[in-house]
Amino acid sequence: MALTETTSGTADREAADLLTVSGLVKHFPIRKGVLQRQVAAVQAVDGLDFAVRQGETLSLVGESGCGKSTTGRLLTRLEEPTAGTITFEGRDISHLSEGQMRPLRRDIQMIFQDPYSSLNPRHTVGKIVGAPYRLQGVEPEGGVKKAVQAQLELVGLNPEHYNRYPHEFSGGQRQRIGIARTLALKPKLIVADEPVSALDVSIQAQVVNLLEDLQEELDLTYVFIAHDLSVVRHVSDRVAVMYLGKIVEIADRESLYSFPMHPYTVALMSAVPVPDTRRRTQRERIRLQGDVPSPINPPPACRFHTRCWKAQEVCRTEEPALVQLRRGHRVACHFPENLPLASPEA
Amino acid sequence: MTITTDERTHWSTPGAGPFLQVKDLQVHFPTDDGVVKSVDGLSFSVERGKTLGIVGESGSGKSVTSMSVMGLHKAGAAKISGQILLDGQDLVAASREEVRQLRGKRMAMIFQDPLSAMHPYYSVGNQIIEAYRVHNDVSKKQARAHAIEMLDRVGIPEPHSRVDSYPHQYSGGMRQRAMIAMALSCDPDLLIADEPTTALDVTVQAQILDLIRDLQKEFNSAVILITHDLGVVAELADHILVMYAGRGAEYGSAEQIFNDPEHPYTWGLLGSMPRMDRDRTERLMPIKGTPPSLINVPVGCAFSPRCAFEANTGGRARTERPELLDAGQAHLVACHLPQAQRLQIWRDEIAPKL
Repeated sequence: MALTETTSGTADREAADLLTVSGLVKHFPIRKGVLQRQVAAVQAVDGLDFAVRQGETLSLVGESGCGKSTTGRLLTRLEEPTAGTITFEGRDISHLSEGQMRPLRRDIQMIFQDPYSSLNPRHTVGKIVGAPYRLQGVEPEGGVKKAVQAQLELVGLNPEHYNRYPHEFSGGQRQRIGIARTLALKPKLIVADEPVSALDVSIQAQVVNLLEDLQEELDLTYVFIAHDLSVVRHVSDRVAVMYLGKIVEIADRESLYSFPMHPYTVALMSAVPVPDTRRRTQRERIRLQGDVPSPINPPPACRFHTRCWKAQEVCRTEEPALVQLRRGHRVACHFPENLPLASPEA
Repeated sequence: MTITTDERTHWSTPGAGPFLQVKDLQVHFPTDDGVVKSVDGLSFSVERGKTLGIVGESGSGKSVTSMSVMGLHKAGAAKISGQILLDGQDLVAASREEVRQLRGKRMAMIFQDPLSAMHPYYSVGNQIIEAYRVHNDVSKKQARAHAIEMLDRVGIPEPHSRVDSYPHQYSGGMRQRAMIAMALSCDPDLLIADEPTTALDVTVQAQILDLIRDLQKEFNSAVILITHDLGVVAELADHILVMYAGRGAEYGSAEQIFNDPEHPYTWGLLGSMPRMDRDRTERLMPIKGTPPSLINVPVGCAFSPRCAFEANTGGRARTERPELLDAGQAHLVACHLPQAQRLQIWRDEIAPKL
């Protein structure tokens, strides 16, 4: 395959951080009146700190409005952060201009949720997948057409479909076209924003498997944004749970799913419907009351306290810090669940 | 056969048998490219107080079926034949006006997207009041009191003030509650919920599923739950119908479908979804290929081009359409594989990998 040369030379810095984020904030101003004065701000992302390690899959999960998609768009610099820094391979990219950012787009790519609106309906598949070469001024070996056909084959599409248009493909195939385009320039980091949620279950599994195969083959690093906790458990190495613009819990997959500590994570997991009728009667579900509050005017201190069954006075006055309570497991809560016993695990 | 106005409704014995019975339903849409056979020979029934879950992927005909039951297909656009018996009354042969009388009162529907299913120009209260007054001879004041009571029942906070709010002022979960309140305002005997939680977040989805379950107990209505999410049907359904390309592939009790499924498509669905309740598997087992076009449904078994066990049928799957037949204990399967082989494949090859 045409992409084998990229996979060498990365083994020596396996656990290194590819991307680090500190104090990341994005507020969208709300303007009113003739003078367009700012009256408020949607606090979409409000102070994130995390790192993405080389070769891993980090998932961001949360309900709608928690800021996970905005975070994805900040990482790929489709949005300008209000504050904080984003460091990619040791270089601060938080406020690079569009022109300065362009060479980096080879390394940081994005897969979008909706395969119907993210492909230009008037371009052929060949033109869509070949666009990155054209924009970056790259002349692949053997010509663009050959490279595009290799990409199509890599994602499981027929290379002869080079001259077809997106409407001739099903949703799952379109998502594969989007993935082929993403992979064209051999990126290091891929931000996948809900890449499978618009697809049917049987197709969803095909695309999840494809993403896993590609990661192994091309040594990719993923930031996977999703709301489906079962899919997230399947694909990720580490998971960050977000609520109203903040990370409430970040941990290794096993640790998070076996010992969820933040009450919100516990509630989220208990709410996932399980395809097993025997569970229906047995399990106890935590019912969260109400909806997620508005990010324009989020609750003070711990943002989850309005819906939390463990909330006490301190939750309303003092914001809990994201602290490590278990190896590789950080939680922002005054009263975490599933605390490890006095002696830490082996 | 199309719905015509001059055909008289024929009543059989009401109250006897299942509340809703669909017999050999066919819904075909003639288009420029050919006839789209959205539903092609579907039979099922639902009893009062029971929930039937209809599962399938997009294009399997599940929504088209529910729209036919509600009589919501545009006259002329769809060619409907077969029988839909609601408490003994055939809805396919009934006039539009007769179906209109039943709609809202005896059967009601909850749609997937509450924002587009509600009228943005009228307040939520007005929309419930309108539906209630069409079917009940009451004053506006009484109807308003009823609307407030319904909103309270489905868990809308401060129903007295919320009744005058407009749909856009509600959150997604509250809009879905309001639509449930509207659907239940006339105390229908049959409630069809078409992907009622697909647009909602998990924590809100759990609230709505609990609500539907509680209300069903209270009203003892028959519920049809249409969804693509096997987890959701496992929460609510008593019986499950798995649909593929406009036909039933497998029908059984929820226990039969989840613990002893016999159709390869059902196996595929179960293998495709990552599960929270089991150890993490290294790989998902997707169904190969894509669902067929409904204009050119494969000859024989519609699932055969994607089926891993098609070769075991000795070519029958490619030539003969399998019927939905009883495999024992009211478990219906449409598959050419011999039953002993099906049971063995499930036990030895599929179940251990899930």
